[in-house]
Amino acid sequence: MHELALTEKMFKIILDEAKAHQAKQVMKVTIAVGELSGIVERSVEAYFRLLAKDTIAEQATLEFNRIKARLFCIQCQKEFTKDSRDFTCPDCGNLARLTDTGQQCLVESIEVDNE
Amino acid sequence: MKIEIEQDLFENEAKLAAANAELMKKRGLMALNLMGTPGAGKTSIIKSTARLLKVPMAVIEGDPASSIDTDLLKSAGIPAYQINTEGVCHLDATMVADALNHFEIAPRTLLFIENVGNLICTASYPLGEMIRVVVVGASEGDDKPFKYPDIFQTAHVVILNKTDLQSAVNFNLKRFYEGINSLKPKLPVFEISCKTGAGLENWVNWLAVQVAVYWAE
Repeated sequence: MHELALTEKMFKIILDEAKAHQAKQVMKVTIAVGELSGIVERSVEAYFRLLAKDTIAEQATLEFNRIKARLFCIQCQKEFTKDSRDFTCPDCGNLARLTDTGQQCLVESIEVDNE
Repeated sequence: MKIEIEQDLFENEAKLAAANAELMKKRGLMALNLMGTPGAGKTSIIKSTARLLKVPMAVIEGDPASSIDTDLLKSAGIPAYQINTEGVCHLDATMVADALNHFEIAPRTLLFIENVGNLICTASYPLGEMIRVVVVGASEGDDKPFKYPDIFQTAHVVILNKTDLQSAVNFNLKRFYEGINSLKPKLPVFEISCKTGAGLENWVNWLAVQVAVYWAE
């Protein structure tokens, strides 16, 4: 959905951190994406390539870790991991609520070269 | 060398939104974030509300392009400031902060922030608003809470607009409420029609109470 805006913000965090550590090159970026965040990895990758051109992150590889979504059913007062495509509670069949788990988008870490 | 960052991009947005909230509080503004699909009637609701609610109002208007809505609002006598997101699918706290910098608004004004027409992306970006309003038009169907749960469960109030079209489009009100109630029981829902004026009074009365409470603090 809004990968351009997100990738721009991500990119700024990455470059700021790399520069703060006097990095000459960013080798790898690890990003965690919640399965319900709506973020499409290949769009992030595509925008990252555009932004990284002619910067110290040009050669960086991107690694994505997916975070499984947790849902909460108000009726059963129970949390469960979302495995199927729908949002219904496996016990009572009612529509379950989203929790924060599964909606995140984190820059987890970067690997840099100082030489 | 590995550098741990662990920075959640949405957490950062929440911080920027909190700064906006602080700024608006200082300036005596109470802000509503009006979210809904394109064509749900967000601008019409603002115009209808302005006719009935005797409180100074202003609008920050978000659209990918054009100034159609700001022109409409200004011609109705409502001060409005246009943000063109140039393709971005939502407003974010940074855009609103910039608008607040440029848009002179008198203290004790009710500020409507009309978001880009979108039920997905807008849900993820807090702007610093006091009240999150989700607008659905009956013509869009009764299945919206099932398809877009995120925006409904983070809403403070839902407006179902275009109720005059319900029977023409086979809108099943019971199903709509079933979806909303399983996500967020007791979420206030106002059934209105900007076209006929039906139900507008209930919405405006509710809003007047929220405004009075906010400014009493």
